[in-house]
Amino acid sequence: MAEADAPRATATGKTEGETTRREFLERIPWVTTAWMALTVAVGGALTASLRFLYPNVLYEPPQQFKIGFPTDFQTGVVSTALKDRFGVWIIRNNEGFYALITVCTHLGCTPNWLATENKFKCPCHGSGFYRSGINFEGPAPRPLERAAISLAEDGQILVDKSQKFLFERGGWDDPASFLSFTA
Amino acid sequence: METIKHVINTLFAPQYLVTLVIIGLFLFYRYRRVVTQNKLVAYSILAAPVVFFAVSTLDPNFWVQFKRPDNVPIAGMMLLVLFFTWLALKKAVQNDDRIRDGRPVAEAEPEEEEKVFIWPDLVYTELICLLLVSILLTVWSIVIPAPLEEPANPQLTPNPSKAPWYFLGLQEILVYFDPWLAGVVIPTFIVIGLMAIPYIDTNPKGNGYYTFEERRSEILLFQFGFIVLWVTLIVLGTFLRGPNWNFFGPFETWDPHKVEALKNVNLSDYYYYWLLDQPKPEAPPDADVITQLWAIFRREFVGIFLVLGYFLALPPALVIFSKFFRKMFIKMGFMRYMVMTFLLLSMGLFPIKMIARWTVNLKYFISIPEWLLNF
Repeated sequence: MAEADAPRATATGKTEGETTRREFLERIPWVTTAWMALTVAVGGALTASLRFLYPNVLYEPPQQFKIGFPTDFQTGVVSTALKDRFGVWIIRNNEGFYALITVCTHLGCTPNWLATENKFKCPCHGSGFYRSGINFEGPAPRPLERAAISLAEDGQILVDKSQKFLFERGGWDDPASFLSFTA
Repeated sequence: METIKHVINTLFAPQYLVTLVIIGLFLFYRYRRVVTQNKLVAYSILAAPVVFFAVSTLDPNFWVQFKRPDNVPIAGMMLLVLFFTWLALKKAVQNDDRIRDGRPVAEAEPEEEEKVFIWPDLVYTELICLLLVSILLTVWSIVIPAPLEEPANPQLTPNPSKAPWYFLGLQEILVYFDPWLAGVVIPTFIVIGLMAIPYIDTNPKGNGYYTFEERRSEILLFQFGFIVLWVTLIVLGTFLRGPNWNFFGPFETWDPHKVEALKNVNLSDYYYYWLLDQPKPEAPPDADVITQLWAIFRREFVGIFLVLGYFLALPPALVIFSKFFRKMFIKMGFMRYMVMTFLLLSMGLFPIKMIARWTVNLKYFISIPEWLLNF
């Protein structure tokens, strides 16, 4: 009985269930094609997935923009008109202008300007900032950031959000963070 | 009526609320026999929040917050937490009596040893539960629709902006600790600490049966973490945090222009301005790094020593001065004892820091904004 279980030699000299050299060579093109197709499919799927991570249209407001003439802004008023479009508050005081970026330094919510309380207040965790941008209440660990502000050639104010000035790094002393204007 | 409302509003201020919950929790377990075995007391405790909710809904300000679709389940959760805490305590007290009399615990009684079949006993119960819960959820979602809002606008943050209810405890902690601590370190510690419990607490008592007296400190500690630091903070975030993340009593109007004096003060401010009445040490702006670090250290040394002392000196001090901790130390060994006390002290830091903020507006023990290191 044990012999029946052993591999049986056939006339061609190959054992049953075993591949001959010829059969093996005949299969190569098919196997190659199959593997290539699989590679292409998986690669394509991966590429498409990676591509999907990047948006087709990236809505990003311009980082550099003109906001109008200095005389358009009232002294002593925090202008919230540009918050929706550009994400900055423009503040004019007796010496000139500065632009605060509307991102809370705690976890990035957008604070609100409360004119009656004379402060910026974040709705997420209650951080409060003075008109200057200095943090004084709530959990924000550092003051709001300021953007570069200057006068363009045509006399309009030019704000550049790609250049940020951080108080704790001494950035607010940089002349580019403040636009002197008295009129 | 107005006076009562005013008193309740005041008592719901966080420093009183958290203190009252801690005291209440302590009394609940201290007088556990009365609470669970005196029917009148038991029913009054269980009915008190229901009556409070029912009466309070007559107040328009309370009703506005209570009926918000997001808040309804939190009110339900409060009742459920109270009921199940009470139920577990009741069974624990019964078992404690049995253990003292030398009888087996209720869970070890012969009739509890009987086994039933999965099919049909268990599967039928599950099927009925499934149907009832489905009906409940369907009716609930029809009666109180989900609170959908307008499309998201990155420049417009809703005021107040609240996390999902199960994260409100963490959002509350974010108010008191630096973002990297409250957002990254503390949640990691919570998860690691919960995972470490079986390795720290290897006492087999209480496995498979309710008991209080055999597991006194463990149960109290866990309930402190769960009831005070988790459930209370969720309730606080749900019902008491309003516009601009200000606190509002349960009968107060959510006025977005409510003015509160919350100006933060660091520990170094208290030390130099208030105690010594002198300016803080400061390095000249063009100084080298070593000089600057030395100035920062001199400015913040009180806080640095306090925090280091809290975490490094307190565990050995407890071994020396407290019998309870000495027994723990001998039983657990150095490494496990240090891990346990570190987790315990981290947990204790929450109420300390929160109460310091509510009472003396303390912002940071150590404030080094130059290096984004605030503690």
